[in-house]
Amino acid sequence: MNHLRELESESIYVIREVVSQFENPAMLFSGGKDSIVMYYLARKAFYPAKVPFPLMHIDTGHNFQETLDFRDWLVAETGVQLIVKYVQDSIDKGRAVEETGYNASRNKLQTVTLLDSIEELKIDCAMGGGRRDEEKARAKERFFSHRDEFGQWDPKNQRPELWNLFNGKKNMGEHFRVFPISNWTEMDVWQYILMENIALPSLYFSHEREVFERDGMLYAKTPFIKNKDSEVVAKRIVRFRTIGDATCTGAIESKADTLEDIIREVAATRTTERGGRADDKRSEAAMEDRKIEGYF
Amino acid sequence: MEHEITNTAYLDMELLRFTTAGSVDDGKSTLIGRLLYDSKAIFQDQMEAIERASIKKGEEHVNLALLTDGLRAEREQGITIDVAYRYFHTPKRKFIIADTPGHIQYTRNMVTGASTANAALILVDARHGVIEQTIRHAYIASLLRIPHVIVCINKMDLVEFKQDVFDGIQQKFLEYSNHLDLHDVRFIPISALLGDNVVDRSGNMDWYQGPTLMYLLENLYISNDYNQLDARFPVQHVVRPMLAEYHDYRGYAGRMASGTFKVGDRVKVMPSGFTSVIKGIDFWTDHQEALSAPQSGTILLEDDLDVSRGCMIIPAENGIKQGQDIDLMICWLSDKPMIPGGKYALKHTTNDLRCMVKEVKYKVDINSLEKNYDDRTIGLNDIGCITIRATKPLFYDSYRQNRITGSLILIDEATNVTVGAGMII
Repeated sequence: MNHLRELESESIYVIREVVSQFENPAMLFSGGKDSIVMYYLARKAFYPAKVPFPLMHIDTGHNFQETLDFRDWLVAETGVQLIVKYVQDSIDKGRAVEETGYNASRNKLQTVTLLDSIEELKIDCAMGGGRRDEEKARAKERFFSHRDEFGQWDPKNQRPELWNLFNGKKNMGEHFRVFPISNWTEMDVWQYILMENIALPSLYFSHEREVFERDGMLYAKTPFIKNKDSEVVAKRIVRFRTIGDATCTGAIESKADTLEDIIREVAATRTTERGGRADDKRSEAAMEDRKIEGYF
Repeated sequence: MEHEITNTAYLDMELLRFTTAGSVDDGKSTLIGRLLYDSKAIFQDQMEAIERASIKKGEEHVNLALLTDGLRAEREQGITIDVAYRYFHTPKRKFIIADTPGHIQYTRNMVTGASTANAALILVDARHGVIEQTIRHAYIASLLRIPHVIVCINKMDLVEFKQDVFDGIQQKFLEYSNHLDLHDVRFIPISALLGDNVVDRSGNMDWYQGPTLMYLLENLYISNDYNQLDARFPVQHVVRPMLAEYHDYRGYAGRMASGTFKVGDRVKVMPSGFTSVIKGIDFWTDHQEALSAPQSGTILLEDDLDVSRGCMIIPAENGIKQGQDIDLMICWLSDKPMIPGGKYALKHTTNDLRCMVKEVKYKVDINSLEKNYDDRTIGLNDIGCITIRATKPLFYDSYRQNRITGSLILIDEATNVTVGAGMII
């Protein structure tokens, strides 16, 4: 059996377990390739029935327009329910405080909006597209990850996960994060997208864009980032390896405009895809800290 | 190794899961670092990060072990706390490593990592030979029925690459493992630090004619690792679209635990025992002829039977064991000891039920592998033989025959924590 088919079967099994073990699950959707693949697997898991849970987008308000257009197209095309929750609302309510300065980002504030939404909507399981190969704190994450009533992750006290027996039992007020594509690597995701011919936002493919350089990385010129006087904005041929908040997602110079070219480029690349994410560069344990607080 | 990615080559890649076991300081992290590094799974930014960290700690070499220490406490204390999963690939296979800490108190982690593994890598320090922990690792590999065991005799550079050291350790290991249920055991002399026989053949050990570790990992025959004889399909979820065009559609979604089902097969649904015939096997928009482990799919039956989550579809003529009183080997995963007579929630395939611990028959002394009939307390990391009584009959196979239908977990009903891993005898 081909490795992609085995990963696909495993992920579908996990998504079906979620629907069987939880009363009110939701799937977190960012518009990035991992959540697109995860949602595609969910459609396979229940076909010909509709996906029996909503997609939830935590919108920082700092998205690339291409991501939002793609999201709305996919939702219309497949007839799934979409819930959008806005970080701006959390800021307006005083639940979150906007960062200031040149490196200001709403990436971290998403956690507040996410946890508030989980509580408000009584979501007992939020599926996410996190992968264990992304980052070292994620390497120790379970498929079924328990969160206490504060939404926190306790990395040193995780439930052992044996065979294919997933324990989703919990007390009132607690919830789970489930990561159906835990065992996929960046390369697996790309190969699967190619094998299944899955549609993606245009940002992943090479295009011309106004960018500037900061700390050795390229960022898109957007109204959400305050530029320093020394930063030169210029048009370059770029694409994105990951798609997140526009303030912390780095672009790479690339001419890859087909899936085949992207796969060749990924195979030859010498940095991890999260290497282009300013949010992980804040400290050695940046991801671990955010995950403990309840980040994706 | 260069990985030229062609557009179709990856379609022939297989998946192999392995676990690594070793005691403190026998070079397990270095070996994993070596495999990741030589297969180019370590990226430049990761390498730079650990180079920085090694210098900061004042270490002489780049400490590849830092790659595998994911949590802050682990880096600070230089220990590994939890199972970590690592990924690399070669043109032939994708590999998933369940990297488990080897200390005595971490039996529970090794059991976790072993539960899904095709192969176990057991590390032995050539200077120390077979020690108690080696025997414990071999026992767990046998208990969890890991199909392939590769004993890596490491640090050969520190014993002048001598063949008699290797031969002696191999012989000693076999003295123990001959009493265990291990069927495919290989021995490789390596130096993880220098790379001998890991990916590249050693120039220092001409007396060794066998494969390198990477060659073995790429070529182990794993197609037989799943039970291919007994078709078992635990029903996970019933698909009923409630759409006009699929008005009468009723499909049973799940993942084949073992064996193969084909359209037209006569089947029996447990626990009712009613029989029917497979009318169709759907996966997404495809109508398939067959479904084999470990594929997920949706099965449609000719007859309208009462089938729901927790049922199991098996061949009409093939029996499955049934009973409420079950003997099993248990590995205890919680610091709160098992309570004889205590009640626990139980998960087995897609079934949720409860059980009571009726009897502890014996505890296994994990160092001597003797059965202890005097001390029957089962605490954290203990392994014992127990009898449970379930609230309703289970339909199961022995773990020896089927790792999916023969395994179960016990859950503390007060805390909801998974406390026991059971293998049905």
